[in-house]
Amino acid sequence: MNEFLLIFRRETPAGQPPPSPAQSQEMMNQWQNWIGGIAAQDKLVNRGNRLDASGKTVKPGNIVTNGPYVDIKESIGGYTIIRAASLEEATEISKNCPILAVGGSVEVRAIIPMD
Amino acid sequence: METNELLPQLFRSEYRKIVAVLGKHFGFDQLEIAEDIASDTFLVAAETWGIKGLPENPVAWLYKVASNKALDLVRRDTVFANKIAPSIRSGGITSEQPFIDLSDQHIKDSQLQMMFAVCHPTLAPEAQIGLALRILCGFGIDEIADAFLSNRETINKRLFRAREKLREENISIELPPSAEIGLRLRSVLTTIYLLFNEGYYSSSQDMLLRRDLCLEAMRLNLILIDNENTDLPEVDALFALMCFHSSRFDARTDEKGELIRYDEQDSSLWNAELILRGQYYLNRASRERELSQYHIEAAIAYWHTIKSDTPEKWQNILQLYNRLLQIVYSPVAALNRTFALAKANGKQEAIKEAEKLQLTDNHFYHCLLGYLYTGLDTAKAINHLQQALALAKTDTERGRIRKDLDNLVI
Repeated sequence: MNEFLLIFRRETPAGQPPPSPAQSQEMMNQWQNWIGGIAAQDKLVNRGNRLDASGKTVKPGNIVTNGPYVDIKESIGGYTIIRAASLEEATEISKNCPILAVGGSVEVRAIIPMD
Repeated sequence: METNELLPQLFRSEYRKIVAVLGKHFGFDQLEIAEDIASDTFLVAAETWGIKGLPENPVAWLYKVASNKALDLVRRDTVFANKIAPSIRSGGITSEQPFIDLSDQHIKDSQLQMMFAVCHPTLAPEAQIGLALRILCGFGIDEIADAFLSNRETINKRLFRAREKLREENISIELPPSAEIGLRLRSVLTTIYLLFNEGYYSSSQDMLLRRDLCLEAMRLNLILIDNENTDLPEVDALFALMCFHSSRFDARTDEKGELIRYDEQDSSLWNAELILRGQYYLNRASRERELSQYHIEAAIAYWHTIKSDTPEKWQNILQLYNRLLQIVYSPVAALNRTFALAKANGKQEAIKEAEKLQLTDNHFYHCLLGYLYTGLDTAKAINHLQQALALAKTDTERGRIRKDLDNLVI
C-alpha cells in the first residue's frame, strides 16, 4: 500500500450567498460520509485539514502577493492523505469526492517517503 | 448470614483490597507474597469461622489477620527485616497499631496506584487484562482462563511473565506524575474497555462470569472517577458507554442464556436507571471540548437506548461512526457504520459501500451483506449467509444464521 495526497481545489466563490445552515449541514454530512467510507476501508492515513480562503504567496526578490493562488484561479481548500494500492485506486476513490458536485477538483499525488 | 455464604462474597470484595495494599507495601518484587498472605488470610477465616462462628466485624477481622501475617513475615524473614526494618523503626509500629494501613482511603489509593502499575504500557494488553483480573478483581486462574477461552497453564504462564516484566522494568506502584497522567491513563482505560468488551461480547457461555467482567470493569472505572487526579472527561465517557451497554443486560439473553438481537429485545427490560446514569456521565464527559473515542462510542450507545427507528437516530449514528473511524479503525466499526448507512440512506447505497470493505473472511461481513441483499436479491443474500455459516465460530452464531437462511428460503 502506498500513500497519496488528495488536494481539493475549488474556485473561490465570489458574490455567492453563503449556504444556509441546512445546506452546510448537508454538505458536511456528504464529506463525512465520503471520508467515513474511506476510513471504513482502513484507507485513511490522515484526515488532513481545511485551509482558509485567504493567504499570501512569497516569491523570489522579496515579492509577496495576496491570495494563495499561484497561476491558477482555483485555490486549495483542503487536503487528505489516503492509502491505496495504486494511483489508479486512489483516483477511483477520489471520483466520489463531494467537491466534484460543486465544480471543484481533486488532485491525486503519490507521496514519496523521506529516508 | 452463614460463613459459607459470606466468605465467597468477602473474598470477592476484600481479597483485592488486601492484595492492593500489601502489594503497594512490598512492591512488585514480592507481589506473590502479598497474594499468598491474602489467600492465607481467607483460609484461616474459613477454618476459624467454621469452628467459632462469625466474628463481630468480619472485614476488620480479615484486615487484622492479614496485617499480622505481614508483620510476622517481616519479623521472621531477615531479608525483609533488613529492607523494611528501618521503616518500621521510624514509623514507630507498636503491637496495638496495625502494621499495615487498611483504612478506606489507603485502600482506595493503593488500588488506584496498582491499577496504573498493572496497566503499564510495557506490558501487552492481554497481560494487562490478565493481571488486572487477578490482582485488581481477585479472579481465580480458572475464571480468567474461562474468560479468555484459554487454559490454566497458558494463563499462569502469562501472569508469571507479566510479573517478571514488571519486576525487570522496576515498575513502581504509584500514581504517575500529573504531567504523564493523561498519557498513562490511556492504557488504563484501554484495559478497562477491553475487560468490559471481554464480558459483553465474548463467546464464553458462562453468562454470570461475563456479567461479572462487565461489573468489574465499571468498578475499576469508578475508582478513577473517584480520584480528582484521574477524573478526566474520557474517564467519564467510558463509564457512560458502559452504563448504556449494561442497561441491556437483562434484555439481551433469553432463559437458555442465548443472545437476543438488539432489534428483537423487549425494551421494557432495559434498565432505565443505568441509562440515566449513562446520560449523567456523558454530560459530565462533555465539560471540555476534547472528543475521545469513548465520547463517540458513548454517544452511539446513547442513541441505541432509544428504541424507535427514526431517520434522525440513524443519521446521528452514521455520522458518529464516520467520526469514530477517523479516530480509530476497527472492522466492527466499519461494519456497524455500513449498517447505519443502510438505515439512514437505504440499502442500495450501503451495498456499494459494504462491498468495498472486502472483509471476506469475517462472518459478520457476510451476515451484513446477507441482511442488505434481503428483499433485493435473494440469491445473493443466501450466498452470503452460507459463507457466514461456514465462517461462524460458535454454535449460537451458526444457529442464528441458519434461522435467517430458513426465513429466506421460505
